[in-house]
Amino acid sequence: MADSAETSPEVMLQFYRMLYPFKSIFTWLNQEHAPKDLFTNREFAFTLKEDVYLRYNCFSNAEELKKQVCALNPTRFEIGPMYSSRPSERKLARSVKSGKLFTPLKRELVFDIDMTDYDGVRTCCTSAGICKRCWAFIANAVRVLDSALRTQFGYHQLLWVYSGRRGIHLWVSDDEAMGLTDELRRAVVGALTVIEGGKEMAKKVNVRGMGTKSHPGDLPPSLWHARDEGSRMWYPLLDDQECFLSEDGWRTLLKLVPDKKIVETLEKRWEKQPGIESSKKWNELKAEVKGTGARNLAALEDIILQYTYPRLDAEVSKHRNHLLKAPFCVHPKTGRVCVPVDPNRVENFDPNAVPTVMQLLQELDKAGEGANWEHTSLKPYVDMLDRHIVGILDDVRRRERARVVLQHDLNW
Amino acid sequence: MYNNSDRRKFDPVKFDSSKSANSFEWPFRLNFYDKSPWYEVSLEDFERYALDRLRVLAEIESSFARNRSWEELKSVTTRQCKDHLPLNSSSASTVDTQTERRNDHLGHFVLRLAFCRSEDLRRRFVKAETALFRVRYESDDTKERELFLQSRDFKWTEVNSEEKLQYASELKGLGIQQTEEGVPTTERLYKVRWTQVPDLVNKRRVLLKDGWAYVPSKEQLSIVLRAFEANLENALDSTARSIMRMDGDTRLTEILNHMSRGFVAGVASEYSGPATGDEIRADMVDDLAKRHFPLCMRNLHECLMRDRHLKHFGRLQYGLFLKVLGLSIDEAIAFWRKSFSNLTDDKFNKEYKYNIRHSFGLEGKRANYPAKSCQQILLTDKPGPSDCHGCPYRHFAPDNLQTSLLATYSSQGLTSTDLAEVMRTVKEGHYHVACTRVFEITHAAAGVKKGDGIGEGESVTHPNQYAAKSIEIEKAQQGDAMVIE
Repeated sequence: MADSAETSPEVMLQFYRMLYPFKSIFTWLNQEHAPKDLFTNREFAFTLKEDVYLRYNCFSNAEELKKQVCALNPTRFEIGPMYSSRPSERKLARSVKSGKLFTPLKRELVFDIDMTDYDGVRTCCTSAGICKRCWAFIANAVRVLDSALRTQFGYHQLLWVYSGRRGIHLWVSDDEAMGLTDELRRAVVGALTVIEGGKEMAKKVNVRGMGTKSHPGDLPPSLWHARDEGSRMWYPLLDDQECFLSEDGWRTLLKLVPDKKIVETLEKRWEKQPGIESSKKWNELKAEVKGTGARNLAALEDIILQYTYPRLDAEVSKHRNHLLKAPFCVHPKTGRVCVPVDPNRVENFDPNAVPTVMQLLQELDKAGEGANWEHTSLKPYVDMLDRHIVGILDDVRRRERARVVLQHDLNW
Repeated sequence: MYNNSDRRKFDPVKFDSSKSANSFEWPFRLNFYDKSPWYEVSLEDFERYALDRLRVLAEIESSFARNRSWEELKSVTTRQCKDHLPLNSSSASTVDTQTERRNDHLGHFVLRLAFCRSEDLRRRFVKAETALFRVRYESDDTKERELFLQSRDFKWTEVNSEEKLQYASELKGLGIQQTEEGVPTTERLYKVRWTQVPDLVNKRRVLLKDGWAYVPSKEQLSIVLRAFEANLENALDSTARSIMRMDGDTRLTEILNHMSRGFVAGVASEYSGPATGDEIRADMVDDLAKRHFPLCMRNLHECLMRDRHLKHFGRLQYGLFLKVLGLSIDEAIAFWRKSFSNLTDDKFNKEYKYNIRHSFGLEGKRANYPAKSCQQILLTDKPGPSDCHGCPYRHFAPDNLQTSLLATYSSQGLTSTDLAEVMRTVKEGHYHVACTRVFEITHAAAGVKKGDGIGEGESVTHPNQYAAKSIEIEKAQQGDAMVIE
């Protein structure tokens, strides 16, 4: 597949030389101004043309990184963990009987949400396509995860980044999150994963505790917020996506209703009148369920979750050494820059309005000699990252002060 | 392991008169094994107490492999412990509890040396040791256990009634009844950092606020077990690092090597069945699938034929299965190339060939990966919304499972009357039993009876074992037929 002229090597090189915010990316990863192991022992991987993949690169500072990126001119590059020694010296570390192993130690807790995982529930586009309408799913995912990580796990240094085409990434830089072992990462993913079961499992939401015959198990409190967010977007979503308009669509819906009598009634009715829109079908289902007990009501809640709850690519989050595309890279197919996204205004984010690399270079030309990203529409996005970095640095300083005080107390 | 600072001269007199003199050396029956042995040990004891412990741990491992319930595991282990690793409570007056505890301590530390060498061994050792600790914890005298818990800092704080009220509705939602009409009950609730109870967080069984987990007293055990596990993992890590520097004391290394091998034996977690000697070619797979594969592999095969594609974990599960079945690397590449008929050669070579070669140990870290066992298929890499891998008995909706069973096996003698029985076992969670029963039904024509399983009443624990047995039965039949001719 040929890449568009948008992302020709010449264009990319100009982008890396003039626009890419290496300094900010460095400080964000390093969490301090002077280079330390959080940056110097960090793995970078480059994807070159012809699908050559270079792993285990590392750099001492932002300038070195920039120099190498400009020399290799990759289509994109990815960020991995901080290892116990420099990735370039991994063979030495592994071979010497020094007890110094080569293992990943720290890494942002990352999440990847991709629109393709929603193919079962979205009707507007398939696979690689994305439009403003699909974005409603992503926006909901951002609201739900952002809130869960902040209120439940107590993490605050969250950076959301548009993946350049059809998804979004999240990087969590809190100290505790950076140090989580793979096992603990698995636990976070487990707690945040609700949609489970393969293609052949109709009901993909099974999160309730043990219930009784008449009473279903309670929905765990950690999912209450997700349920409320889902309910809030439910009718707009139905009107927009018409999930139950097609026969496949409403048959899938009925498979999730446990009450056989209700299913039969609705099946007969909907077979005769194929054109009823989704929100009306939902209301009819709700009317049937009314007064038939808690079990059916719980099923409705589960259905809302099944259609709205964030679908995580779990493998990305579970391992410290998983590589994830760096923010501000350019997506080779769309030419769009992977810019940060403000979670508080995520519903207004339009993936099709994200600046492309070509557009940025034109702006740069217009701005004249000596211009940089500050003179282009990239500025608000770099500013967003810089504000995020200030928060991280504050955290680091606070921790450092607490450590000094503690030491002082001990000495005393 | 022998820290100089800890090293004190062992005093045999003191040791032998354990009951009266030194009740403080080993105050508790339970032990987190923080301190490495400071006493001198004979080579004989070194081996003997480690082997005793190994027997118990191996039994625990095999209980996991057989999918025994916790209660079963507990009673089996308790019996084993009585014979090989007795450990009585402090109140037992007729037994030399101090010697028992010293032997327990010694055995644990020797096994640490034997099992710190690879990540796999470490993981299994931690799992078995933690189970052993739990068995002992649950059978411990309540008062002694309380004292033991007080002797360590588990970093928990008790939640006060104010906070209980604040989160009343959420606690109720978790089934933790903390209030009666606005008044908090007296049941204890502990507050710990969430990282101390990852399993409870994973299963959403605790209230999570700002990184703190609110753990009801009935789940307190989770905190203790997790602390035990984390402690042991760290200790094994540093043992692994220092053992690299240990000068080869051949007396010890021999014993240790022998032990770590012993742990592996007897556990059928990896299948390396008899090589049939027959090479399997790419064009034979379709036919073999229809006659001999278990449902999980049949399903993957059909998905592959239908979609001309499989997602990552599907390729992994099916690919490794075919490898162990006898598909050579060249045939494997041919098979996958043919199956992915929608792809260009270029895309196939770039994106898939590497992974196939990798699974044969020809790329990357060059590990010879074994095929996934039923346990791995059931428990790891759970299928996502559009995945085809996994265990159909576990991961299919009941309706789809029934349809699928009939569609797949009716030509081999499975009828809808058999379904009730299979579905009942599935509902009880005995997926391997259901699979075994399907094997029996579909091989009834070859004389397999109910209860025969895949030979001598054994049930299916590995998809390759299922397929190999099926092929073997067919061969035997053909052999018979020829004899008659």
